Amino acid sequence: MIEIISSGVLSPGEGCSPKVCIVGSGPAGFYTAQQLIKARQDVEVDIYERLPVPFGLVRFGVAPDHPEVKNVINTFTQTARQSRCSFYGNVDVGTDVSVEELRQAYHAVVLSYGAEGNRTMGVPGEDLAGVHAAKDFVGWYNGLPSCRQLRPDLSSETAVILGQGNVALDVARVLLSPLDILKMTDITQPALEALAESQVRRVLIVGRRGPVQVACTVKEVREMVNLPNARPEMVGADFEGVAEALKDLPRPRKRLTELMLKTALEVPGEKEQQRRSEASHAWGFRFFRSPVEILADPERSRTAGIRLAVNRLEGSGEGARAVLTGEVEDVTCGLVISSIGYKSLPIDPSLPFDSRKAIVLNNMGRVQRAAGLYCSGWLKTGPTGVIATTMNNSFDTARSLVEDMDLGTLDVSVVKPGSQSVAALLEKRGVKPVTFSDWEKIDRVELSRGEAVGKPREKLSVTDHNGHRQEMAL
Amino acid sequence: MAFVTALRRVAHVSLREYPWRTAAVTSAAWLTGQRGFTGGTRSDNKVTVNFINRDGEKITAKGSPGDSLLDIVINEDLDFDGFGACEGTLACSTCHLIFTEEVYKSLGPVTDEEMDMLDLAYGLTDTSRLGCQICLTKSLEGIVAKVPESVADIRQSQDGSS
Repeated sequence: MIEIISSGVLSPGEGCSPKVCIVGSGPAGFYTAQQLIKARQDVEVDIYERLPVPFGLVRFGVAPDHPEVKNVINTFTQTARQSRCSFYGNVDVGTDVSVEELRQAYHAVVLSYGAEGNRTMGVPGEDLAGVHAAKDFVGWYNGLPSCRQLRPDLSSETAVILGQGNVALDVARVLLSPLDILKMTDITQPALEALAESQVRRVLIVGRRGPVQVACTVKEVREMVNLPNARPEMVGADFEGVAEALKDLPRPRKRLTELMLKTALEVPGEKEQQRRSEASHAWGFRFFRSPVEILADPERSRTAGIRLAVNRLEGSGEGARAVLTGEVEDVTCGLVISSIGYKSLPIDPSLPFDSRKAIVLNNMGRVQRAAGLYCSGWLKTGPTGVIATTMNNSFDTARSLVEDMDLGTLDVSVVKPGSQSVAALLEKRGVKPVTFSDWEKIDRVELSRGEAVGKPREKLSVTDHNGHRQEMAL
Repeated sequence: MAFVTALRRVAHVSLREYPWRTAAVTSAAWLTGQRGFTGGTRSDNKVTVNFINRDGEKITAKGSPGDSLLDIVINEDLDFDGFGACEGTLACSTCHLIFTEEVYKSLGPVTDEEMDMLDLAYGLTDTSRLGCQICLTKSLEGIVAKVPESVADIRQSQDGSS
């Protein structure tokens, strides 16, 4: 337990408590808040969130059939309920209040708003009906307000997913899972209804490189292999040389590769053979393929297929590079989901931003050339990693901030108005924040509506900031 | 595996309303199926475990047979940052602990499910286990469990690009 040494700058009770504001209420925001409150007994933390509901990607990104991953909401709730922590939902930083205004109101501002954009494939036909970013498809089945109107076309037999990370596998699982399983999760009702009508029977998960380079992990691959009513269909030739490479791989990569190898090449026992022959759905990895063009139907009204360039690998292991061979291959499909990465956006032009990496330039969470400005989560390190990764990253930022307060690098002796002045600005601008106890009312309604239909919750269709605001009639 | 997963999901759903700690204790107990309500436990029923924290300090704590090592950390309020994020449901690797070779061998077999999550732990060793899956028995009296340096999952490429 680290001993907190009083810096001597503050005297309790003189109204000089350090005030920190955090932008974004996903795991990065909450873990940063948690660590700040724990490290200093005088810090007050206000969390601002654009949506009326908290928790970011824990609520809108984690797959509905992975409820255990969402258990972190419990610890975030404990943090939000602390007297020194306040939540203000429905406040869009950058539009309703500027970063500069926050920096004037608070001793420190931590940007933890994640990655709301996505990397584009940059190929012709990307804008055709039937093509979606995985971020939007995931947002659709998880009830993200901006994705409610997505209406993905599930009427064709084959769906192609570009990218072979865990998000790609989440999408594949949701497309192929039996309704009986999905209907017991917190997937939204409209998505469930659309999937009930889905004609999609085959999902290809396509990557530029080979089996040893996949970004997904073993648990998620195992879930695909064990998916009821679905059989794996892989291309044996894609695994040439892989068995020989196994012995040099570290254990995690080895187990993952072994599982894929076994699934692709091993003849299963009789029972499994039977199960596979009876399965009405199919899935498979396709390797050494890059998207070149999305092909349209004759009227150019929707997706009819995708043209893939064939690659070969130069080098091996993590650093292997995909090199074009000149060959192409066309795959018939009506749904293309690109799962090649999320991307952060600069919410204020003054932020020092690296457009290539799509992160705010920082050193250990301290934003460069901006005293009192910090960042945590994906905005700090880039949009990869699970909740635990973000947790660590956020703890580090909090430590930097606490160190700056303790050493006096950040001057917390000046009195700052904090939420009082921000509240006044918001009221003047007609913005009505949602408090944490407002969220708890929404939470209770969602839980009870879910209980009525055998689901953990039924997410309310909340209108986000860009629609007209609705008062919650509870 | 499916049955255990289904059990765990039921545990999660029915315990949703409970505060975090109770949920973690009870859901881990659901997995072990061994927790009895002994009320005022006799001290000779307890098992001592020695944790080495990230500062190298030894923290001694006691638990009852059937408790998982995660249960002890929670019940005794041990201050390991970020430990047990998923509350014992095999959905993360933050309760990662490292043992000596001898103790590791005595802990018994590792399921595929645990191995899958353990594989993602930062600083993975050959004698690593997830604390939520190790249940106390009298024979584990006095074991030493090291809390490794960081709790980061490795599902992130090194330079942040994919």
